[in-house]
Amino acid sequence: MNKVIEMKDVCKWFGDFKVLNNINLEIKQGEKVVVCGPSGSGKSTLVRCINRLEVNQAGVIKVIGNKLSNNKKVNHQINSKIGMVFQQFNLFPHLSVLDNLTLGPTKVLGLSKNDATKKAMKLLERVKIPEQVNKKPHQLSGGQQQRVAIARSLCMDPKIMLFDEPTSALDPEMISEVLDVIIDLANDGMTMVVVTHEMGFAKKVADRMIFMDEGQIVEQGRPINFFTKPKTKRCKKFLNQILQN
Amino acid sequence: MNKFFFIILFFLVFLSGCSDSNIWGWYVIDPSTKSGWDNIQFLLGGFTSTIQLSIIAAIISIVLGLIIALPGMSDNYFLKSINRVYVEFVRAIPLLPMLFWVFYGLPVIFKSLGINISIDAFWGAILTLAISDSAFTAEIFRGGIQSIHRGQTEASKTIGLNYYQTMRYVILPQALRRILPPLANQFIYIVKMSAFASVIGMQELTRRANEIVVTEYRPLEIYTLLIFEYLILVLIISFFVRRLERKMGSNESLNS
Repeated sequence: MNKVIEMKDVCKWFGDFKVLNNINLEIKQGEKVVVCGPSGSGKSTLVRCINRLEVNQAGVIKVIGNKLSNNKKVNHQINSKIGMVFQQFNLFPHLSVLDNLTLGPTKVLGLSKNDATKKAMKLLERVKIPEQVNKKPHQLSGGQQQRVAIARSLCMDPKIMLFDEPTSALDPEMISEVLDVIIDLANDGMTMVVVTHEMGFAKKVADRMIFMDEGQIVEQGRPINFFTKPKTKRCKKFLNQILQN
Repeated sequence: MNKFFFIILFFLVFLSGCSDSNIWGWYVIDPSTKSGWDNIQFLLGGFTSTIQLSIIAAIISIVLGLIIALPGMSDNYFLKSINRVYVEFVRAIPLLPMLFWVFYGLPVIFKSLGINISIDAFWGAILTLAISDSAFTAEIFRGGIQSIHRGQTEASKTIGLNYYQTMRYVILPQALRRILPPLANQFIYIVKMSAFASVIGMQELTRRANEIVVTEYRPLEIYTLLIFEYLILVLIISFFVRRLERKMGSNESLNS
């Protein structure tokens, strides 16, 4: 299968602090990768480097065969193929749900307002909130907002979806409605990189688990092996802590 | 309530002139006499210029301010410097010296360059007001735009919007709600500063008042009227700004 994301010796510093330390990672098309690790381990930064929200200072990142560089045009093309869902949703508060969804398709993909609306409605049905189409984001619950955010990303027909702790800002009873949508997406064969602490979810969808600590990929493997017999001490300790509650 | 107190106080001072003391001589602007009526018409005629001056200068100032503000938020050191130099330099020049420089100095430069442009009082005043004000509008824009959470820019990037589209459809519509109140403040400031145009011969409210004072020797009444002319103008602006704010929801929080 094709490799859609390749990271080679990727390093990144925030000032003196090395957030990413020689990351080597290859992700195949259709693969679902779940990244976990303690806070400050660089999981978010790793994911944000893939769509260049953060710029790596060393190493090479290739996405769908294109090398990321300072070339704005190339980055722009790649970016429109990568969807991203944020912890804080980042919906556009001044626009209705529908306008949030149709902004990208009409301005970037060049769809007519009509076609974009049809597409948006289809996706809102997929995330099971078509009835909220005319509301403003602040009138929705957190779970609903996150589902709108997922639909907004899907509107751009992404080849890869990145999730940066998509359920961490949600009330517990809303987590499953968002995870269900992501699972549904995974079953459709979407390539996904998910940063999350939801281990039940990870067991269900992940093809591969990645454990990060101090800017490094400490351990990776298939979920069965990863959860039952972790190889490293640090990973074992982390899993113990996180699975206890 | 304070506002009403002061308005009442003003009218008391105003009305005190109706007694037959020799401090006040309202006859200069008594509409029942021919000369009084002529004076009033002449004085109120200044509204046209003051309003034109303020509105055109404000529009230029807003456009210029936005153009100056945008490079100020760039990561590029050179672009950032352009913004800082412009803002610091223009902000430091008092309006009146700048007005003299534009009106009397700039034509000399044009002439030496072989460009035959004369600057009349109207455009000289507009140019000065606009440039002088643009440094402040630029800072207002910068503050407003930077107050929008950076997640908004990031989300725009991930759905493929470019810089212009992000500004146009995502950042500015949100920033404008926050910018509107200080921008309105700045517009009121322009209206008041337009009085300086009188010194280069612009026939606006203040200039006309000065001219009547010179012929009638009644500064108290005429300048009192002048103050009320500005007061009314500014109150009208305030009224419309409040309505606009309510319409745009400036006072609502957008964050959920």
